[in-house]
Amino acid sequence: MSFSFATNLAGSQLPNPVLTASGCAGSGKELSQFFPLTELGAIVTKSIMIKPRSGRATPRMAETPSGMLNSIGLQGPGVDLFLENDIPWLASQGARTIVSIAGETVEDYAVLARRMRNLPGVVGIEVNISCPNVENRGMVFSCQPESARAAVEAVRRNIGGDLPIIAKLSPDVTDIVAIAREVSHAGADGVALINTLLGMVIDTDVMLPKLAQKTGGLSGPAIRPVAIRAIYQVHAALPQLPILGMGGITHGRDAFEFILAGASAISVGTATFGNPTAVMKVKDELEEILIQKGFTGVSEAVGFAHREMK
Amino acid sequence: MNPRAKQLQAEVVSNKKVGSYHHMVFSVGDLAQAALPGNFVAIAVGGPASSMVLRRAFAIYRSSEKGINGGLIELVVAPHGQGSRWLTSLRAHDHVDMVAPLGTHFGIPTEPVRALLVGGGYGSAPLFGLAELLKARGCRVDMVLGASTASKIYAPLEGKRSVSSLTLTTDDGSTGISGKITDVLPKIIEENDIEIIYSCGPMAMLSAITQISDRYEILHQCAVEESMACGIGVCMTCVLPVKGDDDQIRMLRSCIDGPVMDGSRVIWDSKRRIPEGTWGA
Repeated sequence: MSFSFATNLAGSQLPNPVLTASGCAGSGKELSQFFPLTELGAIVTKSIMIKPRSGRATPRMAETPSGMLNSIGLQGPGVDLFLENDIPWLASQGARTIVSIAGETVEDYAVLARRMRNLPGVVGIEVNISCPNVENRGMVFSCQPESARAAVEAVRRNIGGDLPIIAKLSPDVTDIVAIAREVSHAGADGVALINTLLGMVIDTDVMLPKLAQKTGGLSGPAIRPVAIRAIYQVHAALPQLPILGMGGITHGRDAFEFILAGASAISVGTATFGNPTAVMKVKDELEEILIQKGFTGVSEAVGFAHREMK
Repeated sequence: MNPRAKQLQAEVVSNKKVGSYHHMVFSVGDLAQAALPGNFVAIAVGGPASSMVLRRAFAIYRSSEKGINGGLIELVVAPHGQGSRWLTSLRAHDHVDMVAPLGTHFGIPTEPVRALLVGGGYGSAPLFGLAELLKARGCRVDMVLGASTASKIYAPLEGKRSVSSLTLTTDDGSTGISGKITDVLPKIIEENDIEIIYSCGPMAMLSAITQISDRYEILHQCAVEESMACGIGVCMTCVLPVKGDDDQIRMLRSCIDGPVMDGSRVIWDSKRRIPEGTWGA
């Protein structure tokens, strides 16, 4: 029996289901020194905004048990330099690219979506409506159904063509299924679950918050059960909605757990900080596990943990 | 990013306590010859089931290409936190997951110059290899090392051979001159007609040295210490504002645009605030 590692993520056909996570792989250059980017299902870029952005003041990172807090604050070169430098370079590497975009207003999302038309090598757009490191917590679009819908609709109306749109959601909500349903109705082809959880660490020596911005996004294995729960809930309620899963994936068996919960593809994020080749390790281990368990393809395993409830 | 960087399983050759620090030697094969003074390594800590998800960065103390154990990289590790305590608990023949060499290195002048090397605490580590290299190029090398107390000055005997003069300072006066490192710099700069300062140590010290190097209008190459999560340029946590040739201030990554930077370009005193008009990398 032959095995196929390919997966379909919201309409994008990928040779394998293992991706990088936005904000954990730059725009690919740094990691390309450790493995060819073509080995990835796709690379998900750091979130691109309209203007160059300094990000937040330092310290902007704190290690936590099995995780870390970050308050990078979307540091980046802005969309002009990104399109001029990063996209052609990624295309020259033969990489399949999912561009993550982030806006401060609904209009920003519309403008960014228009700039994403007809780019070489781009196989999807991840709409980051859930970054916790923004000046105004009210700007976390995915925390309210209305703003989540507005941002995704703006992308849908302006993207043109059939480039898949994946809305990245925050777990810091009362009912993540309701938000997923809302963005699906607004035209998202899939959802990315989950972004970081808002957290804080206080330095007990100086007795002040460790991060300059006080709060930061918690990532790493510590949040994995939260991600699994969110994916399981959304897949149970909306089985046709494709899910890109992420949240503390470090080993192949973690990735397998996400697929069992309902993810069609997964992103490796924080693990890359501890190990530049983590994403390749996850990929190899996942393939082995899928074969060992007797699956002939990824799609067979997607949501397999739901079978007793169906 | 350092194009010579590779990931490897490095064997611990030896681990010896020296004062408040540990001198650790790792077998790294051919990678040793790629390491230059100022470069650093990033090591995964805590073993396979570790709850510590981030790599730890350490400046390379010395590297040597040939020995019984092949190429070696030597580190000076201060067991400050959980990760460095795990590292310093390792014994010979244990292995660590290491990425090396990383970052920029100290620039070596093509003509012999009069150089002053300034190190704070275990920040002195990368300066000894640099001193040897400068001496081999015919430079005069003076060195100043300082710390809060005597046991926190790292100054091995063999390291002293390459320098024309060594001045020690401690905050508590337990060895050398009592006071701050920067108190003694003006006199040494004037007496020896210093043309370039190389430094490594806490950020406040580097900032204070920059004020002095600016006043004397001499070059200042410093290896900055910002806390890192990955060491390879993807996490964006080790950033600091640096003014470019175009006068634009950008948040640069100290792991790939540093750690060695031109002191006069760094916007110091940026902890917990970002200068107006700064761009992202």
